[in-house]
Amino acid sequence: MKLNKIFKNILFVVLAGIFLSACATKKVSNQMQGDVYTGKDTVEYLASGVPDRVFFATNESVLTTASRETLRKQAAWLRKNSKVNVVLEGHADERGTREYNLALGERRANAAKDYLMTYGISGNRISVISYGKERPVDSGSNPLAWSKNRRSVTVKAN
Amino acid sequence: MKKSKLYIFALLFIIIPKTSFGLIEVDITRGNLNPLPIAVSPLFIESKSVKEFQNLLKKENIGEDISSVVENNLKSSGLFNPLKKEAFLQKPDIAHLKPRFEDWSLIKAQALITGEVKYENEKLRVEFRLWDVLAGKEMMALAFTTVPDNWRRVGHIITDKVYQRLTGEKGYFDTRIIYVSEEGPKTNRIKKLAIMDQDGYNTKYLTLGNELVLTPRFNPTNQMVTYLSYFKNLPRVYLLDIETGVQEVVGDFPGMTFAPRFSPDGKKIIMSFAKDGNSDIYTMDLENRIVEKITNHPSIDTSPSFSPDGKYICFNSDRSGYQQIYVMKSDGSKVKRISFGKGLYGTPVWSPRGDLIAFTKLHKGKFYIGVMRVDGSGERLLTENYYQEAPSWSPNGRVLIFYRETKSDSEGKGFSAKLWSIDLTGYNERLVDTKTDASDPSWSSLLSE
Repeated sequence: MKLNKIFKNILFVVLAGIFLSACATKKVSNQMQGDVYTGKDTVEYLASGVPDRVFFATNESVLTTASRETLRKQAAWLRKNSKVNVVLEGHADERGTREYNLALGERRANAAKDYLMTYGISGNRISVISYGKERPVDSGSNPLAWSKNRRSVTVKAN
Repeated sequence: MKKSKLYIFALLFIIIPKTSFGLIEVDITRGNLNPLPIAVSPLFIESKSVKEFQNLLKKENIGEDISSVVENNLKSSGLFNPLKKEAFLQKPDIAHLKPRFEDWSLIKAQALITGEVKYENEKLRVEFRLWDVLAGKEMMALAFTTVPDNWRRVGHIITDKVYQRLTGEKGYFDTRIIYVSEEGPKTNRIKKLAIMDQDGYNTKYLTLGNELVLTPRFNPTNQMVTYLSYFKNLPRVYLLDIETGVQEVVGDFPGMTFAPRFSPDGKKIIMSFAKDGNSDIYTMDLENRIVEKITNHPSIDTSPSFSPDGKYICFNSDRSGYQQIYVMKSDGSKVKRISFGKGLYGTPVWSPRGDLIAFTKLHKGKFYIGVMRVDGSGERLLTENYYQEAPSWSPNGRVLIFYRETKSDSEGKGFSAKLWSIDLTGYNERLVDTKTDASDPSWSSLLSE
């Protein structure tokens, strides 16, 4: 508690108010930045050091810096393993209407697909499927669970 | 503003008794503040028919069973208060011939339903009368025959006729609900298409649960259903013939199609097609298979619903940055945003009366079911909850059915999905009983039209 306060005070000097609240949240859960999941709980690996999934902010399909890093690792691995095709599974959290979430999941998986393609992976090797909010990985009804569920997962197709 | 409203109200009160010649009427535009006390006398059944129905349907007294169906329906409408049978003084057969109105007014009944059911030429024949107890008059008399297996529908048809006679509007009781039955853990829900009578009876499952199915909707004749299926992991809009069980994929789209509905004439399916991260609205003509692209915008366009005259389409789009409701002409021209309140708006669905659009709204972490006029004015929120969405109109446009989910703890416990209905007035919110958890309800039109 005390340490936390000191930490906050130091930050207050260095950073603007907006950043302060974001970092304070991060300090509490240590698994979210803003409302984007940054933890490792649910993450699986395509290969050693190649995480299979990226996470999104509420209602967003923009790739975060961390997501882009993950996808670059995936692209590098896919370039080395040129026989492997993948399915990108796009998902949404449970706090939205079903039909819109299907579209949102599709948009998220395509954001990941586009990024893999800019790093040299042929679109022919990537297919996309949206599950909307139908297949959560965490069944809790809380912000952390929702952040884990807003994801695009790269799955080997063969 | 307030003054003019009061004035209209007062005017209604004066006019109604004059135009109705003293006979009872039920005002459905206000809530269930004062439900009409009604006595539903058990339908009389003579001893020979009793035995026939006992053999056929394994029912001790089909007359009583049918009147229970009527009672439940009337009660669930929120507009009627069916009185306890123990208080009835007159026997069903005598009451049906000529009610002793003093006896019925003594127990405070304002309306009375009497009738008789018979087994005749292998058919079930029913005859019923509606009486105005205070005026001492018969308001309606009707007889019809059907196959004995249809006995519950007999109760629904009687309710529809009584409802229409007393409210001046068509009923919604001889109808079915198609929905998605849900079982299993949240992370791997098993979903099946299910169909049941409006009152929760006669549940049948139309798919086995091998693949994920979502958002079933009836065609205008209630014989076909369009829905989304993940058959072979390819999410596509399907068409299902309820009688034959024949299913087919709708169109040949190279990607996910979803959010389907029929056009009001049943000739087209309108839906979204998602490609490269962009969802647009398309129609497909079921006869000539011609596909038309209706919206063309780099945002998400989904949840389309036709106006009952087929001239307009309301839909959900995030082209403004967030989910909002839009209306356009059915050829895709003249797109106009109609939702401007605070929060996100989704699942617009046009009322069968044409004057309102029902929707789901998300604002400050709460979900609302609401209605607005088709130009976006007069927004009214009917119910607030942790999570609820996807309203569907009763065929007379008086009631909405939707689904509601409860919050779960970190292990996923406490989660449920149930169907609920609410009156357009915002009163009479009710749980609609289903055998399993349920979501995505869609109301049929009247079966006996």
